[in-house]
Amino acid sequence: MSYFPKEMPRPVPAMNDTEFLRGCAERHLRFQACAACGMLRHPPMPICSHCHSTAEKWVEAPTTAKVYSFTVVHHASHPAVKASLPYVVALLEFPALPGVRLVSNITHVDPSEVRIGMQVDLWWDDIGEDMFLPRFRPMEKIKA
Amino acid sequence: MAENNKACIVGIGQSEFTRWGGIHDRSQFQITAEAISAAIADAGLTVNDVDGFASFSDDENEATLMQVALGVPVLRWSSMVWGGGGGGSIAALSQACAAVESGQAHTVVMYRGLCQGQGQRFGQAGKKRVHGNYILPYGLFAPPQMLALMMQRYMHLYPITHDHLAEVALNARANANRNPRAVMYEKPLTREDYFNGRWIAEPFRLYDCCLETDGACAVVVTTKERARDLKAPLIEVASAIHGSGPGWGTGPLGSHNMPDEDYASTNSRRLAPELFARAGMTPADIDVAQIYDHFSGLVLMALEEYGFCDKGESGAFVAEGSIRWPNGKLPINTSGGQLSEAYVHGVNLLLEGVRQLRGESTSQVKDARTCLVTGGLGVSPTSGTILRRH
Ligand SMILES: [Zn+2]
Repeated sequence: MSYFPKEMPRPVPAMNDTEFLRGCAERHLRFQACAACGMLRHPPMPICSHCHSTAEKWVEAPTTAKVYSFTVVHHASHPAVKASLPYVVALLEFPALPGVRLVSNITHVDPSEVRIGMQVDLWWDDIGEDMFLPRFRPMEKIKA
Repeated sequence: MAENNKACIVGIGQSEFTRWGGIHDRSQFQITAEAISAAIADAGLTVNDVDGFASFSDDENEATLMQVALGVPVLRWSSMVWGGGGGGSIAALSQACAAVESGQAHTVVMYRGLCQGQGQRFGQAGKKRVHGNYILPYGLFAPPQMLALMMQRYMHLYPITHDHLAEVALNARANANRNPRAVMYEKPLTREDYFNGRWIAEPFRLYDCCLETDGACAVVVTTKERARDLKAPLIEVASAIHGSGPGWGTGPLGSHNMPDEDYASTNSRRLAPELFARAGMTPADIDVAQIYDHFSGLVLMALEEYGFCDKGESGAFVAEGSIRWPNGKLPINTSGGQLSEAYVHGVNLLLEGVRQLRGESTSQVKDARTCLVTGGLGVSPTSGTILRRH
């Protein structure tokens, strides 16, 4: 049972996205980095914007993140989310990985409790057909 | 550039504006053709004078077909701006200006027609989103949600409140209530109505979001030398810019990985000073402004980035009544803007800018000689222009 219904759009592997999605399928959140200068980038791109090397490597993200910003969505812009309203879309940062942010969801919490700066913890949502998506829940909720 | 070659706006035209789905007896292409014809007639020209078209971002009213439909004998310019939706509005104007100022064409019509009842609505999930893999599976589908993320952080960093957002929405509605063309002409909005509006994506409520509209708009651009022979007042495009800061190509409509110092902004902070410098003006020289209002809060950010107040002070600026007609320091969105007149991807704002300088607005700013008009904010490219009446 995934966070959103199965009618929700699924990621579609495309040239630069395949490796990121392979990581998700294996329940590893990895960001792309330049193999020459180390600069991180997201979403994946075919070339380093810093040194123009096309060599890439993949860096494992920490399992904890910080809420950089968020919105509580109350209006369904897609029929698949009607039963999930209101839900939280958050933009997450990883202080150890400067330069990359990830769009995801904050679950397991009343949306009114979500705050910028909140520490959140990664969990893998099984969306079926051997695919998992990274979603997050507040740290304190897990301790409780 | 020789002064004679400077671009001027000599004609404006539009269709009626309705809520989305309101125009169903004619195609989007037809109402766009009607708006273009009206603009050409307003300029006192004929299709034989027109030799260029400019539009933006996946426009479905193809210039090459428009040439055939309208019977334009020779086309010397057809351009469309990459990406960014409403950011393309003034970008398309800027391209029309480049065409006439460089002599590649003589008279270029910039246009936009949208019938959201006949195609895809902008408020609904679209497969074509940039880097959809990183947003759609998480329920980040549509512009109000995407820009809400930036707005939330902006309100976290600076003293901006919901009262300040309300002020932008209420100002737009008050202006629309004086404008018979406006979709919301006969629909007053009170502060109480505003706060009773349902949440769309926090911090945006219903009345923070632009209308979804059917309608079309067009403007005719030619050189000052030709404009002098026409009947309309001489309205010069003192400067026009389009462009983007770093990282915005995957910005709000994508994965939100813009640099930290740019994040809670409209992507205008680098371009706005150049816009003023090229016009030889400062923000203090602007009499009236039309600021792209897809969402109320982005207008606040833009007031800061275009230099009308300091960073974080737009809330206080609007709370003082600065944007209100007729007595505010800088009346804005005097037709009702996209929150309350219509949402024709910003081209209706450009038309209102021209009307202000012609003295034809329904919320006329006395003796207005200069008007700032911005294109879509928080996208890539964004754009802006300063119009000046001679
Ligand atoms: Zn590199």
